[in-house]
Amino acid sequence: MTDPKIPVTEDELHAYVDNELPAERRGDVEAWLAAHPDEAARVQSWRTMADALHARYDSVLDEAVPKRLEIEQLVRQPRRWVYGAVAATLAAFMAGGGVGWVAHGAAARPSTFQSFTVDALDAHRLYVVEVRHPVEVPGSERAHLQQWLTKRCGWDVRAPELAGLKLVGGRLLPGPSGPASFLMYESASGERFTIYTAKAETEATQMRYSAQGSDSALFWADRGVAYVVSGAVDRSRLTQVAQAVYDQMEKGGG
Amino acid sequence: MTAFRQSVEAMIPALRRYARALTRDADIADDLVQDTLVRALRSEKLFLGGDVRSWLYTILTNLNKNRRRSLARRPQFMPLLDNNPDASGTEAEGRDIERALSTLVEEQRSVLLLVMLEGMSYREVADIQGVPIGTVMSRLARARAHVKASIEGERPTLRRVK
Repeated sequence: MTDPKIPVTEDELHAYVDNELPAERRGDVEAWLAAHPDEAARVQSWRTMADALHARYDSVLDEAVPKRLEIEQLVRQPRRWVYGAVAATLAAFMAGGGVGWVAHGAAARPSTFQSFTVDALDAHRLYVVEVRHPVEVPGSERAHLQQWLTKRCGWDVRAPELAGLKLVGGRLLPGPSGPASFLMYESASGERFTIYTAKAETEATQMRYSAQGSDSALFWADRGVAYVVSGAVDRSRLTQVAQAVYDQMEKGGG
Repeated sequence: MTAFRQSVEAMIPALRRYARALTRDADIADDLVQDTLVRALRSEKLFLGGDVRSWLYTILTNLNKNRRRSLARRPQFMPLLDNNPDASGTEAEGRDIERALSTLVEEQRSVLLLVMLEGMSYREVADIQGVPIGTVMSRLARARAHVKASIEGERPTLRRVK
C-alpha cells in the first residue's frame, strides 16, 4: 500500500484521468483531490475536454468511408487506379464539390507536387502578361514546336487541340530536374492557359488542385511526366481544360 | 480479403477521425489516411505480426509530420480552407476545441488526440512518436494546460478571478 502522505504529482493526476495509475494509488489520489477542490476542478476540466473532443470528432466514425479509401480500390493495379482517381477528381471539381487539394498520389511526396506547381505558376504568371513575346515558337509552327520540345525534353511533348482555345505557342524552360516544356493557349476573350510538363520522380499520381492568388493550377503525373495546367479562372473552367488535356494525353500515349 | 487487410480496413473510421482532428480539414485528413493505407498495403508482406493499429497510427503521424515540414518550406502553398464543416461543427463547443487544437504544436496535438480521442496508452503513444514515456507525459500535460487556457481565454466569463 502506498503511503497516502506522499504528495500527489502532476503526472499522477494525468495518469489518474487516463486510467494509467496503478490501482492501489487511485484511492490516495481521490482522497487528495477531495481535499484540493482547485485541483479537482482542473482534473474535471480534462474530462470535459475529452468529452468535447468526442462530441466534435466522433461523428467522423459514422460517415460513409469515401470510395478512394476503400481497400479494394487501393489494392487494384496502380495504373487503373490512377486513371479512375483522376476521373473521380475531375468529376468532383465539375460538381464544384472538392475544395483544397484533393486526392494525391500513392508514391509522390508533396514536395514534388509543390516544386512543379510553384515553378509552373511562376512561369505562367511571368509569361501570360507578355503581349509581344509570350512564347519562343509561335503556335503557327505547331509541328516544329512539338518536335523541338520533344527532342529537348526527352518525352513526347504534344500540343493538344483544345476546343475554344488557340495555341499561342511554346517555350523551353528550366525545370526542377532538367528541361520543362511550356505551352500557352488563349481563348477568344483573351483568357490564357498554360500547360507545363517536366520529368516527374514518380510514375503516376492522382490529380491535385492548387490556388495561388488569382491563379490556379491542376497538376498530375502520368508515365513519369508531370503536368501542370494553369489559368486565372474558376476551378470548373480550369477543370474542363485539364480534362481535355488529360484525355488527349491518355489517348495519345495508348 | 486477407486477415491483414481486414484489420487495416477495420481501422479506417478511427484513422479518419484522428486525421480530421489532427489537420482540422476533411480533404487533407482523407489524403493522409489514403497515403497511410497505400503504404500499409504495400508493406503487407513485410508486416510480421504485431499491433496493426499502432502501426497505422505511426505511419499517419509520420506522414503528417512530413506534410507539415514541406508546408513550412512553402507557406504560400497552404491548402484552401475547408468550406464543408461537419454537421456537428456548428456547435460553439466544437469550434472552441477545434480552435484550441490549432494553437498546439504538432507533437502535443498528436499526443493529446492519441490519448484523449483514440484512447491509446502512454506506452503506445511513446512507441508511435518514438520518444520515452516521460516525454509523452510532459507533452500531454502541456497540451492540456494550453487547451484549457485557450478555451477559457475565449470565454472570459468563466475565468476564475483570484
